[in-house]
Amino acid sequence: MRAGRSLRRGARGVETLRAMLGRLSGVIGLTLVALHLALALISPWIVPYEYTSMDSAQTLAGPSAAHWLGTDHLGRDVLTRVLLGGREALLVTGTATPVALVWGGGLGVYLGLKGGWRDEVAMRLVDAVLALPGILPLLVLITVFGTGGEVLMPTLAFFFGIPVIRVARAAAHEVVARDFISAARARGHSPLSIVRRELLPNVTDTLLVEGAMRWSWMLLAFSALSFLGFGVSPPKPDWGLMVSDARIYMSLAPWGVIAPVIALSTLIIGINLTADALAKTLGLDHSRKAVI
Amino acid sequence: MAGAAPLIDIRKLCVGFRGRAGAMLPVLHEVDLTVHPGESIGIVGESGSGKSTLALAAMGYLKHGLQKMSGEVIYDGADMFERSDRDLSRIRGGQLGLIPQNSGQALTPTMRIGRQIREALHLHCDLPEAEYSRRAQELLAQVRLPDPGVMLRRYPHELSGGQQQRVAVAMALAGEPDALLLDEPTTGLDVTTQAHILDLLRDLAASRNMAMVYVSHDLGVIARVCDRVQVLYAGETVLDGPVRAVLRNPAHPYAHGLLASIPRLGEATLPRALDGRPPGPAEARQGCAFAPRCPLATGDCRAARPPMIDGPEEQITRCLYPDHVAGLEADTKRTEPQPCPPDSPEALSLFGVSIRYDQRGPIDRLRRAPRPPATVDGIDLQLARGETLGLVGESGSGKSTILKSIAGLLPPSAGAITLGDGTPLPRSVERRRPDQLRRIQMIFQNPDDSLNPRQSVAEILAQPLRLYFGLKDDALRDRAAGLLEVVRLGADYLDRRPGQLSGGERQRVAVARAFAAGPEIVLCDEITSALDVSVQAAVLDLLNDLKAEHGTGFVFVSHDLTVVRALSDRIAVLYQGRICEIGPAGAVYGTPSHPYTAVLLGAVLTPDPDHAPRLMAEDAAELSPPARGCPFQNRCPVKRGPICDTETPPLRDAGDGHGIRCHIELDDLRRIARR
Repeated sequence: MRAGRSLRRGARGVETLRAMLGRLSGVIGLTLVALHLALALISPWIVPYEYTSMDSAQTLAGPSAAHWLGTDHLGRDVLTRVLLGGREALLVTGTATPVALVWGGGLGVYLGLKGGWRDEVAMRLVDAVLALPGILPLLVLITVFGTGGEVLMPTLAFFFGIPVIRVARAAAHEVVARDFISAARARGHSPLSIVRRELLPNVTDTLLVEGAMRWSWMLLAFSALSFLGFGVSPPKPDWGLMVSDARIYMSLAPWGVIAPVIALSTLIIGINLTADALAKTLGLDHSRKAVI
Repeated sequence: MAGAAPLIDIRKLCVGFRGRAGAMLPVLHEVDLTVHPGESIGIVGESGSGKSTLALAAMGYLKHGLQKMSGEVIYDGADMFERSDRDLSRIRGGQLGLIPQNSGQALTPTMRIGRQIREALHLHCDLPEAEYSRRAQELLAQVRLPDPGVMLRRYPHELSGGQQQRVAVAMALAGEPDALLLDEPTTGLDVTTQAHILDLLRDLAASRNMAMVYVSHDLGVIARVCDRVQVLYAGETVLDGPVRAVLRNPAHPYAHGLLASIPRLGEATLPRALDGRPPGPAEARQGCAFAPRCPLATGDCRAARPPMIDGPEEQITRCLYPDHVAGLEADTKRTEPQPCPPDSPEALSLFGVSIRYDQRGPIDRLRRAPRPPATVDGIDLQLARGETLGLVGESGSGKSTILKSIAGLLPPSAGAITLGDGTPLPRSVERRRPDQLRRIQMIFQNPDDSLNPRQSVAEILAQPLRLYFGLKDDALRDRAAGLLEVVRLGADYLDRRPGQLSGGERQRVAVARAFAAGPEIVLCDEITSALDVSVQAAVLDLLNDLKAEHGTGFVFVSHDLTVVRALSDRIAVLYQGRICEIGPAGAVYGTPSHPYTAVLLGAVLTPDPDHAPRLMAEDAAELSPPARGCPFQNRCPVKRGPICDTETPPLRDAGDGHGIRCHIELDDLRRIARR
């Protein structure tokens, strides 16, 4: 029995992590994500070549002892560029995701609590933005403000915060109807203290899972933008950009496309599996609720 | 009936689920159940005893996550768990009908009643196409629904809870079943509706020679409809016998304790609580599962699990000392409730309070659309310090609405609420001053919902202590521990979360939180209706002690007339948001009484097989109060005439603060009661 053991804030995190590692999806997901993060951190020190160094004698070469994953059309080492290619994406999306969660989550909780015409107007605006194809508004903003990480980060944070509003609002709505909120109101607590003490702790789980999902979508969007030439500018290495550059030579040197695709997809699959394990561990996945 | 072959024969059934550690944890432990044709059997137990699991297992069905470990369920010569899916779908809903606990949710909301019944008929009988509608109408008539033809075209949400339950019965009857399994068939229904439904079920069982298996936590229901009863405790059968013997002279101490924990209508005494709680499926057991709570337990009980042995009056009991149970009577005397000290000063007054839920938009105002009558109207109530005022009535009577209004959560549209010193209380909670807020505290119906699952007990209790007294750190923790002591929980509960407590413990924490403020008035909204009877008794006992120690006034709302009786000094009976009768508890439950009070009291069930409820009025549900006249005009069994439809009845003074709002003279009301 777990009863009697006190669960402090940090202890709950450790407990959750341990429970996630008890699931296959959690083990695979967390391993993949940890691997990618570790590589992104240490890759500048372990890559075999400079990412700009070109070997003009060997362009579009196949895998060899010198170039494990071959070279691209300029004779640059593919392995080096794949190892470094996730850094920018992880940095931008890794900052944009928490920002999106905080602003979208905060606004969503506020609307869920407040209701009324503000809620009505804001949710119709959210509907309107979500009705547009995802990449279109991103492209518009990039055309106006230019490319580069310092523009992409706030842009992604803004657009990916919008669906978070809806999720946070729904979660808050459910909690607001419960009696412990009425009890706090009847005692005379201030609205701010009700949000902080009663409401937020009950929506953070939902927001965490939502955050993990948003992160994977954001990575995909970032790579798509790079592929289209709006993200990372050459010669910096990036997976989306690499695929874009290498795809014309795909029949000659398939590794130039396959390697960054594998890198990107393992990271996204890893994040999705982690989110899945997190949702199941926190009891948010109701599809297979046990009776006991 | 013992000689006939049984219809359903469950032998040594063990059902369990796989725990976190990987071992199988039993929910049912070697349970036997035999049902003979035409027999009515009750399965009784508290939540978690496995009673619903047992009833569903009789249909060869287990909830997700549960597995059969051993034993067999024989129906019609074969084990239900060995049958093919085809076989099972023919039997389920056909020969074996199930009435689920909440039939409102079991009906498809987007399909008319007629079509749902016709579907059930299509599955289980072969009729010419044109006959189905006629047969559906016939079934609705059999369950005594008014206007069956009209009813066929209704959607489930257009029916009241009682009517939905009748439709569920009609659908189960479509397959001409040999046996009906009823899972808490009347839980959540009003007393009058409950009495009508049980009457219907009794008559159906008798006229069709149908076997009935009732699952219920309510011994009053069992007493009314069953021939034989089986008592489950922690997944084991502890007692099996004729209903009369089990209710009058139980041969097991658990059944005895359960009976003692039920509040009775006729006595103004507090029921006795059973201490402790049943072992969970994961807890290791040795010996009798009830031994830790049993006053008769000896070393033998703890050493080995007692076998089922023959007890007095044809009972079979899992107790080594069935003959000693009767002797328990002497030590289980019920305590008298603490009376309110006479001439105690006033704590709270309501003057002409009315509350509306409807909102008139600008268009309604332009159209001069007539305003519907207020949901709650003309409420005058006084509460003295240390007094308990009970508010009773059926669902929709506005009793919880009045509480929310006192708490400031639902501002009244007219009238005034004043505290004892005569200062008027601002209508909404946002405008009230901290000392006004502190003096009124509320306890909610369901502690699962009123305690934040993310806070520890210490944090929960800290909220009012910080807010009203500005306590911090050690002082805060000491006070919180002191409060737990008041509700008889140890200081080790401080670091637990609500999820780690039982239902009764959670409600105690909610009580402690209310008392943290040092309130003068505590509003209790159905605070025991989500609890098991034995736990309910403990909570009532606690409130009674707190009332005496702290001189707190309680407004106690409940749909259960016996619970209100056990605790209240004065009682107000509400119908459609209007007070019908108010006065000292003994006087209100005695004569003369308002016709509505008489109807309510007549329908109350008691765990006594010889007591039959008196059904005086239709159980038709009314959605809104009538615009004029007496609120009870449409259902009143002794209506005087047109005056009841047009004039608001006068408040007749029956002495000693007992008032009845009725057009009938008090003497005539007395005479009617005697009939």
